[in-house]
Amino acid sequence: MNEWLDPLLLSRWQFGLTTVYHFLFVPLTIGMVLTVAIFQTAWVRTDKAKYLQLTHFFGKIFLINFAMGVVTGIVQEFQFGMNWSDYSRFVGDVFGAPLAFEGILAFFLEATFIGLWIFGWDKLPKKVHLATIWLTVMGSITSAYFILAANAFMQNPIAYTINAEKGRAELTSIGELLTNPIALAAFPHTIFACFMVSAGLIISVAAWHLARNQHFETMRPALKFGLWMMVLAGIGTTLAGDQLSLVMGEVQPMKMAAAEALYHTATGANASFSLFTLGTPDGVHELFSIRIPYLLSFLSTHTFDGTVQGINNLQAQYVSTYGPGDYTPTIWITYWAFRWMIALGLVHMLVAVVGLFLTRKGRMPKQNWVWKLAIWSFPASLLAMTVGWVFTEMGRQPWLVFGLLRTQDGVSPGVTGVEILISLIVFTVLYGILVVVEFKLILKAVQKGPDDAPVLDAESGEVKHTATVY
Amino acid sequence: MDLTILWFWIIAVMFVGYFVLDGFDFGVGMSLPFLGRDDTDRRVLINTIGPVWDLNETWVIVAGASLFAAFPEWYATMFSGFYLPLVLILVALIVRGVSFEYRHQRPESSWKKWFDGMIIVGSAVPALLWGVAFANIVRGVNLDVNHNYTGTFFDLLNPYALLGGVTTLLLFFVHGVVFISLKTEGDIRLRARKLATKAGILMIVVAATFLVWTIFAYGTVASALLAAVAAGALIASFLANLRGAERLAFGLMAGAIGLVVLSLFASLFPEVMPASNDPANSLTIANASSSAYTLGVMSWTALIGMPVILLYQGWTYWVFRKRIGRAHIEVSVH
Repeated sequence: MNEWLDPLLLSRWQFGLTTVYHFLFVPLTIGMVLTVAIFQTAWVRTDKAKYLQLTHFFGKIFLINFAMGVVTGIVQEFQFGMNWSDYSRFVGDVFGAPLAFEGILAFFLEATFIGLWIFGWDKLPKKVHLATIWLTVMGSITSAYFILAANAFMQNPIAYTINAEKGRAELTSIGELLTNPIALAAFPHTIFACFMVSAGLIISVAAWHLARNQHFETMRPALKFGLWMMVLAGIGTTLAGDQLSLVMGEVQPMKMAAAEALYHTATGANASFSLFTLGTPDGVHELFSIRIPYLLSFLSTHTFDGTVQGINNLQAQYVSTYGPGDYTPTIWITYWAFRWMIALGLVHMLVAVVGLFLTRKGRMPKQNWVWKLAIWSFPASLLAMTVGWVFTEMGRQPWLVFGLLRTQDGVSPGVTGVEILISLIVFTVLYGILVVVEFKLILKAVQKGPDDAPVLDAESGEVKHTATVY
Repeated sequence: MDLTILWFWIIAVMFVGYFVLDGFDFGVGMSLPFLGRDDTDRRVLINTIGPVWDLNETWVIVAGASLFAAFPEWYATMFSGFYLPLVLILVALIVRGVSFEYRHQRPESSWKKWFDGMIIVGSAVPALLWGVAFANIVRGVNLDVNHNYTGTFFDLLNPYALLGGVTTLLLFFVHGVVFISLKTEGDIRLRARKLATKAGILMIVVAATFLVWTIFAYGTVASALLAAVAAGALIASFLANLRGAERLAFGLMAGAIGLVVLSLFASLFPEVMPASNDPANSLTIANASSSAYTLGVMSWTALIGMPVILLYQGWTYWVFRKRIGRAHIEVSVH
């Protein structure tokens, strides 16, 4: 068969492309909904016009992005069956349940109340309208939990039994499935990271305006809010990430070894974490490396004298358990994705702390480079999020469900390479066009800045809202 | 009660919810070239579904996820078997959704025209293809022993399935136009009524042909009864629209679409994907379903979740119950 028409390869590319793309919009949605809800709450409680201006301004940016998150999400829901039908047959009994929960308990909530929020400004009492955005927050966060619980089953399958007659996994305990230790750690890690992404957006936007000495009244509080959000969410992401690597070291030791490109089992000081390595990807020849002793031991076991298993050992172990085969993920991807995720995250927190210091007690830095640096917050935090997912999903390979089902065994047997190639091209072109349109629209909304302070109704002294229309 | 039977009907009800609700969104989208004489008209049309299209569309996501969880084999066979039609549906739903959101972002008429076109195509394609897909399920497709679809894309474009597609296209079109007459005021409301009458005649003829074909080729007693009531509701809706009883016309139209969907599901039961090449390869509620435990867990979730969902979605429609006219659009800034 022509290798370009290999359904497995094409399906993997399609899943990777559509999922990474979808997840550019999701973290922004989750983080921005919360941000907007906080600004609106501040307005309802204080009646200060600047908070209403911020609510509308960031609300508009969020809405341009929201539609993309919704429509690309349908692709996600469909393509398990379309491209991975054998996977769907094998895990549907277990994996389907959290997806259905997500739909019934979260998606409807999110989709209904966001409509009420967008179009309800002039139709609902102030506090009821505020409640609609908080219910949207609830929906988006609940949805994240269920989808991460489903993903956790692929990383660390539990709460199932194999039905040999039907050739599939069957659920034995929904409670156990939803409290998978991977899910419990990945959920706060992901949610806090989503908050970092939206903090990054707020910092970028506010810095852009402040560098031009405009919209000071609204953009300065926005900047301070973004910086605090970045620091706090950064701490949350780090702590949860630490917990996640501990669980991962236990249930997916190969992923941990792949994160460090650790070929030989190491203990204590030898279980070092390399900040940077130049060498051949097979780990045989290391040309140059900066290492922190004990750190890898600490990351994977929370002790300084722990033992971290190497790739070679694990490979041998898996061969004896699962039969002959290559059980090693693509090391250069996992190694660098892991590093970029951590580095970008930590640099962000650092930059935010410095930012808080520079803007303390009403100060505004005059140096141009400070603002120029701050504007990069958003793209960099989005990149950190993306490489984090690339790491966790590529680190799972060659398994689709760790230890149970290989990626190559999950692909749809009935779908031809030509069909998948067609859809891959269609999605690539469509997504490519849309990302350009989306980016330009967001840029335009950002550059326009917040609207003027709202006019108060002469009689009631209340803000008069105009109806939102498309 | 056997939970597989319960879930067969829950899935049916979810698709009823999807087609009744997103159905009129498709109709509104397709009506733009017929009822939207200028930009303000087109904005009136789009704003009749502005606050609700997203929640309506969510029904298909929930139906898909529930299908995955309750009948993994059905989900896997249907979604991989109907690969290219589903790619087209996905692309259409994507361009439709972003067009609602992007259309009003810039004032240039060339920009708006471009997104109007995408809304029309993005509404018509799923309205047609969902009918083609469901008609093919009822008709039966070629499946191997592992339940994988062995036919081609062109096998799906048989006369019966295409008639099914034209039927849903026309049903949704009239449904949307009747919805517009209920949700707008002024000239556009009257034009919508007239259009619903004209298109309604064609819809009744096509839908009746499709239903008769379905009953004689694949029908059961239950599906025939449901189809007969559906046909009656279609005619009643047509008459109600003629008399200007908009609310009644819309209610009957929604009921008719729901009954058509239920009739198709009734003609399937207890099969879910009949194999036309060899009945032994057919998927049924028994061999396609999840374990009793999973279905039990899901039943509790649906039992508690669905009433709450219906309550807050109903409330949303109540909040946005007012008619929209040109005056609302002209005073607004965006």
